[in-house]
Amino acid sequence: MIQTTNLIKTFRDGDRETRVLKGIDLTVRDGEFLAIMGRSGAGKSTLLYQMSLLDDPTGGEIIIDGRDTRTMSAREKTSFRLTHFGYVFQDYAILPELTARENVAMPLLMQGKSPKEARAIAQEALARLNLAHRADNLPSQLSGGEQQRVSIARAIAHRPSVLFADEPTANLDNDSSHTIMKIFQELHKKGQTIIMVTHEPQYARLAERIITLDDGAMVMV
Amino acid sequence: MVTKFFLHARIGFFLAVRHIRRASLWTTSLIIFVMILTFLNLVVVSGILVGLIQGAVDQVRTEFTSDVIVSTLNDKSYIENSPGLIALMEQLPQAQAISPRYSEGALLEANYKTHKVGDKPNTAGAQIFGIDPAREDAVTNLSQSVTEGSYLAPGDYDQVIIGQFLLSQYVPVDDPNFAALDNVDVGSKIRIHIGDVTREVTVKGIIKSKVDALTRNVFMVDSQLRSIIGRNDGNVDQIAMLLREGADPAAAREALKRSGADRFAEVQTFDDAQPQFLKDIINTFNMLGAAFSSIGLVVASITIFIVVFINAITRRKYIGIMKGIGIEAGAIEFSYVFQSIFYALIGSSIGLALVYGFLVPFIAAHPIDFPFSDGILVAPIGQTMFRVGLLVAATVVAGYIPAWMIIRKNTLDAILGRN
Repeated sequence: MIQTTNLIKTFRDGDRETRVLKGIDLTVRDGEFLAIMGRSGAGKSTLLYQMSLLDDPTGGEIIIDGRDTRTMSAREKTSFRLTHFGYVFQDYAILPELTARENVAMPLLMQGKSPKEARAIAQEALARLNLAHRADNLPSQLSGGEQQRVSIARAIAHRPSVLFADEPTANLDNDSSHTIMKIFQELHKKGQTIIMVTHEPQYARLAERIITLDDGAMVMV
Repeated sequence: MVTKFFLHARIGFFLAVRHIRRASLWTTSLIIFVMILTFLNLVVVSGILVGLIQGAVDQVRTEFTSDVIVSTLNDKSYIENSPGLIALMEQLPQAQAISPRYSEGALLEANYKTHKVGDKPNTAGAQIFGIDPAREDAVTNLSQSVTEGSYLAPGDYDQVIIGQFLLSQYVPVDDPNFAALDNVDVGSKIRIHIGDVTREVTVKGIIKSKVDALTRNVFMVDSQLRSIIGRNDGNVDQIAMLLREGADPAAAREALKRSGADRFAEVQTFDDAQPQFLKDIINTFNMLGAAFSSIGLVVASITIFIVVFINAITRRKYIGIMKGIGIEAGAIEFSYVFQSIFYALIGSSIGLALVYGFLVPFIAAHPIDFPFSDGILVAPIGQTMFRVGLLVAATVVAGYIPAWMIIRKNTLDAILGRN
């Protein structure tokens, strides 16, 4: 479970201060599929980065599975992200010099798994996303939709407790977007906690719960 | 801690291998080319500088002193008990050939028949060596240095071969300290004045070499010189000894000393007999070589620094993503260090192959024609490997620092491309 209390994020540019999150109180249950919506600049991605420990909030607290993240060092946060979280970014964010399987295997290797074991798990994750036949392809040899599926395979291969997705369909055509959302629904059915940022209502509606942000505050739950 | 280190190294290696394998061939080739040039700069520049003098040293060894040179003690005018010493040297197992030499200071005079009273005499000072032509040739290959006329034969009567710098037509500059004879060529008659004795001789050949002991002196058959100086006891002034292939000159010197040779003569290896100034020049050139090499090393380090920095900065987003998904900074840093090591090792390996497979043997076969020596490339394997180590160490540091600078940036800023 992830719980935020009075979460504040402020950006400073010289003397100018911009408060992007204005005290967000939010609880995400285990196994929940949450969609965060809002117009551009509302603070939805910023909220996702705070909850996924990619960024440090200016104020408030984030409790993940009972653990106060304010007490974690940068190294502990890196380790926590590796073992507990999975990430899907808008622009796929897979490494161009690694094949699909190597991209998926990378976090597994970092977890200390042997190359053979990491390779097997990566292959299985790719198979779950119907990409087994593309395992040896480089990202440049894959379509946008396939690259995003590799990104999802990388995010779920180590069976994270939470899958974070930041605008996962923004760069994809309709068919590919539907495929990705279908995958998310299937993962959710199997108990995967998913927190997804999107500005597309038709995909947000596929989530279990939608929250809407406006000007750094939650306006609709 | 150790486990973490090896985990980082393993993942760093995994990333580095893939990065290199899938990088642009042109970029990789260019970086390796720069590393090869740097390696050559490290090894060849100092190698040529030292080789310039080493060439001179080697030539003095092969053309005059040979491996071991036995000469007159400072307070004696010849080597006493020379026949016994010669017999002892001939019996040394490592001796291949020896050449006893007589040596006397002389004044050479030319054009004396046309000389008019009041004219400046056509004279030059020189050392005259009396040699057994066959034995000398077996030790120093002297006949090969006679490029005009011909070499001495055992029965030559009143004939000499003369060093080129005793003849004015071969002296590039008019040096008042080294007088040379005018109008003398092969077949010319000259006079030799040794003490009170004067002998007219014919120039049979001219010696051309880069060794002063040959080019500023005169050689004649030993029996002829003996008759001029009136020495009949068989005592000589120098004995040059050529050793068998692979024999150690220092060991031969010690063997002679153990047999008491140093009671009658000074026993030196070719190295001992080198003038101090030559040793000083070698040391100075070594220092200069080290200085030039250091500059090369700095250039290589900066090159690798820039390459890695540009590489890391253009991949900043991917570095951020890796950190974002939990890949630790240490593993990413290792990948850049491994890439730097790869470039340094491949560059050095190709450089080593070039130096030892091509440059050293080629320059040995075709020495560089410096005015005072036939320059070779000196690249002792120990020193070269030390320089490879230096190059790798420098590139590791030069690769690590920019990687560390980029990797320590905020993860989210890197992912989003924010400054």
